[in-house]
Amino acid sequence: MNFYGLVDGSEASLKSYLNQLSGVDQVGAEARAAMLATRSIKTSSKRWAIDTAITMVDLTTLEGADTPGKVKALCTKAVRPDPTDTTVPSVGAVCVYNDMVSVARTHLDLIGGQHVPVAAVSTAFPSGRASMAVKIQDTQDAIDAGAAEIDMVIDRGAFLAGHYIEVFNEIVQIKQVCGDKAHLKVIFETGELVTYDNVRKASFLAMAAGADFIKTSTGKVAPAATPPVVLVMLEAVRDFYEMTNTRIGVKPAGGIRTTKDAIKQLVLVNETVGPDWLNPKLFRIGASALLNDLLMQRMKLDEGYYSSPQYVTMD
Amino acid sequence: MSFEYAPAPESRAVVSIKPKYGHFIGGKFVAGSKHFPTINPATEEVLSQIALAGKAEVDAAVKAARKAYTTTWSKMSGKERGKYLYRIARIMQERAREFAVLETLDNGKPIRESRDTDIPLAAAHFFYHAGWADKLEYAGLGTSPKPLGVAGQIIPWNFPLLMLAWKVAPALAAGNTVVLKPAESTPLTALLFAEVCQQAELPAGVVNIVTGDGSTGALIVNHPGIDKIAFTGSTEVGKIIARAVAPTKKSVTLELGGKAANIVFDDAPIDETVEGIVNGIFFNQGHVCCAGSRLLLQENVAEEVLHKLKNRMEKIRVGDPMDKNTDVGAINSKEQLVKITELAAAGDAEGAERWSPACTLPVKGFWFAPTIFTGVTQAHRIAREEIFGPVLSVLTFRTPQEAIEKANNTPFGLSAGVWSEKGSRILWASQQLRAGVIWANTFNKFDPTSPFGGYKESGWGREGGRHGLSAYLKGVGHE
Repeated sequence: MNFYGLVDGSEASLKSYLNQLSGVDQVGAEARAAMLATRSIKTSSKRWAIDTAITMVDLTTLEGADTPGKVKALCTKAVRPDPTDTTVPSVGAVCVYNDMVSVARTHLDLIGGQHVPVAAVSTAFPSGRASMAVKIQDTQDAIDAGAAEIDMVIDRGAFLAGHYIEVFNEIVQIKQVCGDKAHLKVIFETGELVTYDNVRKASFLAMAAGADFIKTSTGKVAPAATPPVVLVMLEAVRDFYEMTNTRIGVKPAGGIRTTKDAIKQLVLVNETVGPDWLNPKLFRIGASALLNDLLMQRMKLDEGYYSSPQYVTMD
Repeated sequence: MSFEYAPAPESRAVVSIKPKYGHFIGGKFVAGSKHFPTINPATEEVLSQIALAGKAEVDAAVKAARKAYTTTWSKMSGKERGKYLYRIARIMQERAREFAVLETLDNGKPIRESRDTDIPLAAAHFFYHAGWADKLEYAGLGTSPKPLGVAGQIIPWNFPLLMLAWKVAPALAAGNTVVLKPAESTPLTALLFAEVCQQAELPAGVVNIVTGDGSTGALIVNHPGIDKIAFTGSTEVGKIIARAVAPTKKSVTLELGGKAANIVFDDAPIDETVEGIVNGIFFNQGHVCCAGSRLLLQENVAEEVLHKLKNRMEKIRVGDPMDKNTDVGAINSKEQLVKITELAAAGDAEGAERWSPACTLPVKGFWFAPTIFTGVTQAHRIAREEIFGPVLSVLTFRTPQEAIEKANNTPFGLSAGVWSEKGSRILWASQQLRAGVIWANTFNKFDPTSPFGGYKESGWGREGGRHGLSAYLKGVGHE
């Protein structure tokens, strides 16, 4: 493996690669994100943003109480978010636990949702606390069951202890399991990494190790996908593209519940990495409640008034 | 796919601009004799006719201010004066949208800036100084500091309401009364402020506002009934004022030009530094006396920073100041546009390399694209003279000592910026820099508690904080 020629797989080379990164000034990053949050997106641009955001949603259910029935309902909604309006596009993917992958895949295929991929959370999600053998088997199981996307968590304990090479090797091994059968999203759990310097470091580490996407959070820890965290990750992706000519995707997840939140994320993308990333191949939003708010705002644009929540389907 | 932002104009319905304004003297609006137009620099639309104060009007204003000073304001307890200042501050907040829209129409600055920076900061200055009004004996100027009397205040066009607040709030808190002249091209928010004084039932004559041009300013500066002159504006005019008041007993504070160095060391947080560079020079179209107009880049990161800066500048949204998504608005006047254009041409002529992002400028109004010049040396005019526009001169340095020498090699000394993740380097640099305000890993941040002012040709005295307050008080050892 050549890791884009950035590291040779040794701990020394990984360290020197990560040490070259410039720091992130917390106040400045938060000020920039706050400024971009003031962008006023109205009328035609709001319409475009809502439909684009829908195509980027990884419609997610990650509950201990998930049942096959609930997952099937979610799949139905993913393919056709508003059963009364065929102009609403399908979402980006359905995101479930490992054991629900085959249920989701089978049901999506049954209802004409072949174009909607299934993403599985993996590597002992959400804590990442398991042996490497278990993590590899976890991933292999998901792929065998039909997952086209693997959302793995990193070992935050190893990262915070400075054992970057362990985190790196873990990603490399999971990437090998994914091969060309599944896209790999690497979850940092930024709420546990805490500093923006760590977020930037984790981003560059994961990209060099072979991540197709970098993802903020599991949704189980707050804060999650805050605008400054996403800004720092988008900057990392932009810089990595300049270094390697490879576009890595970004997936904020956790805490994005309203259309306003989602549009703020799209503005961050637009003004940081640019329009190439305004595409479900390179930007996803991990969410569950968000989709209904997007649908309600879409109805509002069409009809001029807010509908009751009873006009959109419950999950 | 592309994400175009649809127009998001702020409504101007919230303001009602009268076709003609008079002066605000002795608590009342009085008709002027001669008038001149004030325009919207983004469209060249005439907004209103503004009165030009001559000797009679300035005399009347000074007389009203003196009367209010001797009969009311200097006799009132600090606690009572504070109540008026709090009231004014609250009304400014309540009418913030009105002020913001009016400021943007008259000045050309983006509504995002007038809404998020100018107006909230102006109100903050009144709140801050309201708190001082009954605590002056704790200002470190002796047990019973006294006001100076009548203050003549002349303010610039770049932050019209904010500069009014910087002048009026400390003067009133300390017990002075004022005669204020807003800039010729941006008088409207000062006239709205006069309405706020009425609404707050401020005693008549405590605040007097006369409009006019430089001739009105000269009448104020030379008026024998005035005890203190406070001026913000060009160094050229500041020198004229200094000469005029030298043989008199007037106190004077001057807040003048600048040519600030924004120094980027190789261990800077690059992305936030790029934001700081943009904010330093393109905030308010670069019409900022403390603008970071000289960028000093350490040579080993110069290429990377410039590359990122240019990419960032491609995202700057230039256009209709009333659009909520506009980042850079109109140049305030034709006169200023001519000056910027002339200095930029000097940059070309002296061999610096000019670069601007692709941007379509409106046909009507006064516009100048965000511009950077690379290959600039200390010997270039654009490295020495204040451009007061969206034009950045980029220089490089190799050692920290060289950065400091270049930064200090200017007749000005208002502000400077230092970008580094190394605390010891920031502290060292800020001790070496001869500038009144030094920002570390940020730029153009203002707060009423923080004194602002310059070294050398950037001015005399400080505004804001306890230091600024002392410019309006006589204490022990003061006369």
